[in-house]
Formats: sequence, structure tokens, C-alpha cells
Amino acid sequence: MEMTGAQILLKCLEKEGVDVMFGFPGGAVIDIYDEIPNFSVEHILVRHEQGAIHAADGYARATGETGVCLVTSGPGATNTVTGIATAYMDSIPVVIFTGQVPTPLIGNDAFQEVDIVGITRPCTKHNYLVKDIKDLARTVRQAFYLARSGRPGPVLVDLPKDIVNQKCDFEWPEDVTMRSYNPTVKPHVGQVRKVAKLIRNAQRPLIYSGGGVVLSKSHEELRWLADNLDIPVTSTLMGLGAYPGNGKHWLGMLGMHGTYSANMAVNNCDLLLAVGARFDDRVTGKVSTFAPHATIVHIDVDPTSIQKNVSVHVPLVADCKSALGSLKKEMEALVSEEDWERKHEEWNSQLEEWDRLHPLTYNDVDDAIKPQYVVEQIQEITKGDAIIATEVGQNQMWAAQFLKINEPNRFLTSGGLGTMGYGFPAAMGAQRAFPDKLVIDVAGDGSIQMNIQEMMTVVCNKLPVKIVILNNGYLGMVRQWQELFYKKNYCETCMDAQPDFVKLAEAYGAEGYRITEKKDVNKVLKKAFATDKPAIIDVRVTKEENVYPMVPAGASLTEMLLV
Amino acid sequence: MRHTLSVMVENEPGVLSRVAGLFSGRGFNIESLNVAPTLEKGVSLMTVVAEGDDAIIEQIVKQLRKLVPIVRVVDMTELQSVDREMILIKVNAEDSKRAEILRITDIFRCKVVDVSMDELTIECTGDRGKISAILNLLSRFGIKEIARTGNVAMRRAMQVTE
Repeated sequence: MEMTGAQILLKCLEKEGVDVMFGFPGGAVIDIYDEIPNFSVEHILVRHEQGAIHAADGYARATGETGVCLVTSGPGATNTVTGIATAYMDSIPVVIFTGQVPTPLIGNDAFQEVDIVGITRPCTKHNYLVKDIKDLARTVRQAFYLARSGRPGPVLVDLPKDIVNQKCDFEWPEDVTMRSYNPTVKPHVGQVRKVAKLIRNAQRPLIYSGGGVVLSKSHEELRWLADNLDIPVTSTLMGLGAYPGNGKHWLGMLGMHGTYSANMAVNNCDLLLAVGARFDDRVTGKVSTFAPHATIVHIDVDPTSIQKNVSVHVPLVADCKSALGSLKKEMEALVSEEDWERKHEEWNSQLEEWDRLHPLTYNDVDDAIKPQYVVEQIQEITKGDAIIATEVGQNQMWAAQFLKINEPNRFLTSGGLGTMGYGFPAAMGAQRAFPDKLVIDVAGDGSIQMNIQEMMTVVCNKLPVKIVILNNGYLGMVRQWQELFYKKNYCETCMDAQPDFVKLAEAYGAEGYRITEKKDVNKVLKKAFATDKPAIIDVRVTKEENVYPMVPAGASLTEMLLV
Repeated sequence: MRHTLSVMVENEPGVLSRVAGLFSGRGFNIESLNVAPTLEKGVSLMTVVAEGDDAIIEQIVKQLRKLVPIVRVVDMTELQSVDREMILIKVNAEDSKRAEILRITDIFRCKVVDVSMDELTIECTGDRGKISAILNLLSRFGIKEIARTGNVAMRRAMQVTE
């Protein structure tokens, strides 16, 4: 059947199972918007394109499916770049459709023209400029396939206005074949056996799990290995929730703001199983002293991650799900013949000892509100049954440390890029995916102002996101560095000139709460979480609280600054 | 160490900038780059000469393989291969020097492809060693200009193990 480019695009989205996209119209995409009412895909109108891309990203993280974003050419497209880079760094499947000027005008510096394919080349998994309407359906199909297969990531499709207007016969390509793209999924059997043997012989094994476990939905396999083989688990920021935060073998996060026991475990383990993690500098600290006594096994679907930052002994290129699945099969036989229940009793009691020595803690007071206390109260009220998004900085680290994330896809945070302004629109995307779930953005007073305009989007779309601002009047994490490493020169980090967040919420038609007394924290949070409207809860916390433990940048993991 | 990489790519717009961008974005050094179509329709061959230690070359090869339009990457340095580059050399050639320059051209089995009153342009093909040798020999006459193609390489049919 003959259809226009716009119709073909929307038909393809239906075929891909897309139920919602986040976007913002403009001249180059009017033709697509003209057709939206005729198709089943819902469109959520944001207030800034950065909100659209983060919302698509948050939707993807919360559901495990692909997020979709539609924006116009020029500034519409460039406004998504931060969000695309955010998704790229954290390997999140998102497909971005950008309008483009008509093909005859490309390269002429036409109105609202930018080379978005050129701009996003280094921060997308792949991108396309569609120059022939006959390629459109196949390109959309490939874009979705690329976004979610292998190591997932954002894929951008640039759509010139004349292509969207032309007509051609619509033909849905059932299969996607790309001779140059064949990600390795299945693990090498020999390597799996090698790993199994290493596990069997290890005295002090440790699992270091990352975002790849969440992305490949292999948390069941991970939990089986940890619980049945008596192996303690630490995780990166991106991997939180894959192993439950209340699980028996959970050590807490590792790295710069990791727990004492997790970092000591890395330093003392004799076998480190890195699963779907990439040895980021915030995790390893000084690379030369990272896991000095360990045989390191690295399971990752992306070969470039292996041997990039840390030299590993046993690489295993495969999707985490099939790698851990094979490992489980390999180990099952062993478990039945040996007593594994308390195989690493000594090692585990050493870890408990470390945790007793320096548990995750803070100096609580009665006459002021500590930010960590607020996070603990969120935990207390939700009991883990909420989707948490975070902004970036101290708020993010306290959320990561003091919340117990028990399920994957329940903690949405910009790990790799560290994008301030990510959390709120991401929470909005997650809330759209799970309308009945409690979705909370743990924010700082700095970050929240970066995408505050989306308040209007959540209000008019009835997405009751709760924003808890840990308001200390500072760009807290930078201030912390200035305090510790720059002689307290708090240059340009004091942000005490700020809007009245309560009135701001009300101006948008949401609910606003302010908490200034410790005794009100639990009560007011409970009340705010119970409303069916979006709400901002402005919590005035102590101004100069630091995130501890902290490994200074470039130091070894054992050189922790403690409370 | 210097490595010659043969990179088969889908011949689509932007593929060159994807490869070039990968090198600049990740701080890898590219020494020469040559691109041309192959016999296979829609496939071009890029020959990249890059320098780095083993870890860097391993990353370069993996990162190239990760680019979606790249079909195949072969590190020719690990194989027995034929490596060639062509260079055009414009050299000062006043009458008294001309005979010597032509002799050198002969010895290196090169060709004179352009001549004027006081200059010769010489076409020379060879591996890196030969090219630097002739450049070295001609430099005393005063080389005015050079243009090089960058390396191309091909795997030898017989991989003889010693």
C-alpha cells in the first residue's frame, strides 16, 4: 500500500511495539505530527527536548524496552545531544527521530539546519540520515534492532522533510540482516569451564556486577550464583538492584563512594568476577592497585570493554544472561556434590568484620535534618517498593548508598555521563511506563533547576512524580571537593539564591511541601507520596554534609576517607 | 609499534568520518589512511597505519570492529603481507645533478613522470624502507614537494612458517 514517509514511520513504530514517544514539534516534523492522531502511538509533549530524550531513557531503563523520542531539526535536535550522550554512556536503548531540512537544502545552512548525524556520531551506537524513502522502513527496523541488541545504546535517525512527504509502497522488513553487525551472544564453552574451575578453587571470591546485568535481565542467574555458591556481591552504580540491597551476600556499592567492606573486598579477594561492568575510573580508583591479589574474570558483551582499563586474566565475551546461564549449568553439578552452603565462611566473616568496623553511616543530629536521614526515611516509607530516579551529585550518592534497591530497573541514574537534570525527566518517563507505581526523583537544589520546566509536562499528563529536593543551597558535590581538596574555596558553588520551590510547584499546578524540622520528615514525605498529583518536597538539610566513604580521585580503593 | 590494518567497510556516506572520528575521539594516532572501492559492490577497503603498543592496537582493532558499517578488520602486521606505498617526489634537477638523479631513479626502479628545465618528478613504489631510502638519497639535491598515497597491503597467498 502506498503511504507517505510520515505514515510509514508511524506504522513502523506500531510494528515495533512502541506505545509512547516523547517529543516536541517543529517545522521539519510537522508532517509527522500531522499523522500522529491516526496511529496508536501516544505522544507526550515535553517542554524542552532534553526532557524528551531523558524521559525516553527513563522509560527504557524502567521497562527494559526501547525508548523513543521525536524532535525537530536544528535546535530541537541539538537539545537532545546531552541526553543521547547520557544514554550512550550507560548503554540505554533509545531511538531518536530528528527532523531535517529537505534534502536539496542540506548543506546550504538552511533555516534550522544542523548536521545532527555528524554531531551525534561519537555519542550514538549508530546513526542514519534517510535520503531515499525506499530505505525508510528498513532504516527504522535496523535502528530498533541496533538499539536493543548486543551492547544496547542510542540510535538516531535523521528524517529530511521531503522524505517524510514523499510516498512509496510500505513493506515491513520481517528480518534484519546486517553483514557487518553480529554481536557475540553465546559464551565460549572453554572459557566458561575455566571460570567454573576458578570459582571452585577460589577462597575469597567476589562478584562485581554492573549495568550489563540489568540490561541483559540476568539478575536471576546472578542471584543464583551468589546465593548458591556463597559469593559476596558488590556492584557499580549502574548495577544496583540486580542483586537485592537486602540480600544476604550484598556488600553495597564499590568505588569512590563505595562501602568500606566492598572496597576492602576488592582489595583482598582472590577471584574477581566482573559481570557486565567496565572498570570505570570511579570504580577502580588507581588502576595499578585495583584488586591486586585477584584473578580477574571479565564477562561483557562488548569486546572493547575487555582489557580497556584493567588487564584481565580470563575474558568472556558474551551476553551476561547466556554467560551466567552457562556458568550456572556448569556449577550446578558441582554444587550437588560439594557442600557450598558455607564454603566461604571465613571470607564472609572477614567481610562482616570490616562492615562492623566501618559501616555505612553518618553523624545524625536532632536539631537539623541530615540528607542521609531523608533518604533513610524514603526507604522506611517505601520499603523499596518504588522507582527511584536521581539527579547527579551528592543526592545521587546518598540515594545509592542508603536506599535498598531490591529489584533491577528500579534505580534510574546517569552513571557514566553524570548528567545533572537527568532524574526528573527520567522519572517522568518511568511514571508513564508504570502509572500506578510510586516514582520518586531524589534531587538536589542545583540539579532540579536544570529541567524544572518538565513540571508542566507531569502536571498536564497526570504523571504524579514526587521530587524530593535535598536542599542544601550548594552544588554539594563540587563544594565537597572544594572543601577537601581546594582549601574550602567555595567558588561559585553556593546556590542559596533559589526559587521558592513550594510556590513553584503550586504555580505549575502540582503540590509543594517544605520540611525544615526533622520531626516532620517522615510525616510530610508520607503525605506527599500519598497524593495522586506530582509534588515537590523541599527538604532543608544541613548545608555542608559530605558523602563518605570517599576515595579521592586517583587514589587506591583502600585509601578511603571515612565519616 | 607500527601496525597496518586492513579495514573492509560498507561504502556508505559518513563511514570515513566514523573511522577518523574514532581515532581523534579516543586519542589514537593515525599515520596514514587510504580508501578505495574493492571488487565487491558496496564495499571499500581502508588501509590504516597506526602506531601504539599492543594494548592500544588491540583497542583500535576492537573499536573499529564495533563500528556498525565495518565488515572486517585484519591486522596485516600479524600476517605475512605485501606492503606498498607510492610516492611522487619533485626534486631539484639542474643540469649538473640530473645524471646522478636519473641513476638513483634507475637503481630504485622508479619512473620519471614529469620533467622541466630544473626539476624532475619521480614516481616511486615500495615499502616504507625503500621510500625512506630514496627520500634520504634525494634530499641532498633539494626535494621541493612530495605526495604519498599511504600504505596499501595484501595478505600473501602462502603464509610460510619458518
